[in-house]
Amino acid sequence: MEIILALAIGILAGSGVWLILRPRTFQVIIGLSLLSYAVNLFIIAMGRLRTGAAPILAAGAAGDPAHFADPLPQALVLTAIVISFATTALFLVVLLASRGLTGTDHVDGRESEL
Amino acid sequence: MTRYADHLMIAPVVLPMFVGAMMLALGGEHRRNVNAALNVATTFALIVIATALLRAADAAPTGVAGVYRLGDWPAPFGIVLVVDRLAAVMLLLTSLLAAAAVVFSLARWHRAGVLFHPLFQFLLMGINGAFLTGDLFNLFVFIEVLLAASYGLALHGSGPGRVTAGLHYIVVNLAASLLFLIGVSLIYGVSGTLNMADLAARIPAMHIEDRALLEAGAGILGIAFLVKAGMWPLCLWLPTTYAAAAPPVASIFAILTKVGAYIVLRLHLLLFGDDAGASAQFGGEWILLGGIATIAFGAIGSLASQDMARLASFSVLVSSGTVLAAIGMGQVGVTGGALFYLVSSTLGLGAFFLLIELVERGREPGADVLAVTRELYGEEDDPKESNEVGIAIPATMAILGLAFIGCALVLSGLPPLSGFIAKFALLTAALNPTTGAVSTASWVMLPVLILSGLAALVALTRAGIRAFWASADRAVPRVRLIEVAPVAALLLLCVIQTIQAGPIMRFMQATAQSLHTPHDYIRGVLGAAAERPAGLKGPT
Repeated sequence: MEIILALAIGILAGSGVWLILRPRTFQVIIGLSLLSYAVNLFIIAMGRLRTGAAPILAAGAAGDPAHFADPLPQALVLTAIVISFATTALFLVVLLASRGLTGTDHVDGRESEL
Repeated sequence: MTRYADHLMIAPVVLPMFVGAMMLALGGEHRRNVNAALNVATTFALIVIATALLRAADAAPTGVAGVYRLGDWPAPFGIVLVVDRLAAVMLLLTSLLAAAAVVFSLARWHRAGVLFHPLFQFLLMGINGAFLTGDLFNLFVFIEVLLAASYGLALHGSGPGRVTAGLHYIVVNLAASLLFLIGVSLIYGVSGTLNMADLAARIPAMHIEDRALLEAGAGILGIAFLVKAGMWPLCLWLPTTYAAAAPPVASIFAILTKVGAYIVLRLHLLLFGDDAGASAQFGGEWILLGGIATIAFGAIGSLASQDMARLASFSVLVSSGTVLAAIGMGQVGVTGGALFYLVSSTLGLGAFFLLIELVERGREPGADVLAVTRELYGEEDDPKESNEVGIAIPATMAILGLAFIGCALVLSGLPPLSGFIAKFALLTAALNPTTGAVSTASWVMLPVLILSGLAALVALTRAGIRAFWASADRAVPRVRLIEVAPVAALLLLCVIQTIQAGPIMRFMQATAQSLHTPHDYIRGVLGAAAERPAGLKGPT
């Protein structure tokens, strides 16, 4: 499981970094989304990988942390997802405004001279 | 401390949040006058609250005015807000700058786009929260609130220039936020805590093999903050965005880079102070080198900038770089001087961004670019000017010119205003270390600071001559009292800071002292849990 998760994070992050360095605004936003997926997976991984363990204490079974997954990274990931979703939506609006005002989807608002 | 004062600690976060939400509920843009009144009332209330908190922090023997436990959960588990001297002084600085910016905006800028007032309140909520919080992840949330509001404000007034600059600003900050998350989760993965004080208490006992990951996490976190603080080479987005933003927005943005510098200052000294064992002073030399590079970049940029807004943006970089370099030196006296400098230069920059718009109002766009081009090719300005000697300068121009001189003195660090005292304090402390010989870093800082002051002086003088003397045929700008008053008030604060330099400097030195020996901070936060009756009842 570790190797699959590590590969997934690496591929997502690598693709994301490549895409945010591209000149088109749409590529940039997809890159940011991919990067945020990679980061979300990374946060989960930082809580140590566990299968079949709940992050919520069951009635009567509280006391031994070995039976439970770490709930904190899951809470962090929820917050991070919400925030990155909101900022991505906001960025989409700016992207459309930029396209409308400059007539191009280049990130600099004009085509490069090369 | 009374219960009333206890809840005052969260007011700088809750008040703007409720007022901002209320503005939206009241009908947003349809009632702009109501919103404007609410905005002014709230920012002035925030000044009062921040002053009260500052007094409480200064009166407290440990420098920690109080720890606010949200939901009454004990410290390492729940989220805390901490008011100490540094947080209180940053709150006060923010509210003063905000009051000036919002009064200025009432003249016309708040009509340039939609929802200026609610966004402004949410921005204040984010900034205040970032200063108050004692929890790393909570810091992330407040920074995102601050950034989301700042994205809206950076685009206030719209237009291709602002949208293109805003696009870059948003991308850079979204990427930085992702780095922030990576850093926070790495630190959590290694240490198992997100509470800053708890983290500081755990680092000395940390295993040597865990330290590499911890330092990697702290380094990534540091990159995220340094993007916000505008350290070279992470600052390439800053001049364009600040120069393009609407003047009251740019004025309040002057504090945003200081949020980044504040967090670097807080976390660097708290986590990697002298007690941190093998990790002590981690990253200090990078902050120092980056700060010096930022000063150099800002100084060269301000000499090269053709219009005043860009000049002001590069001055932001110089100011930010000076604070960072001083933090990197890791000496108590230098940190105290840096705090004094931070307050003085932020007030000066806020005033300067507002002033630029008033000065530029009477001129045709692009006049500066032409003037610089003419200078470059050695062409003289219109010779007919000499005929106009003896004509009285209009009163408006006199006031604006006087304010410009004030800003130039503060920003370049010349006597008699506070900029000089700040730089003097910084250099005196750097050259008179309490222990050992004067470090190489101090000898580097000396010429860098003096040369950056010279560069600022040259750039500002050139801009001032061009704006006030060289164009006699220009129309005198129509300026209203509520536009000049905020500029004058900010400069007056610099004058007060000059006159009251003794007490303020003592306060800053006490702040620096408690930052360098964070035992009181840690005990204040974690001790709040220890005071509870045994058994640790949760909230009921």
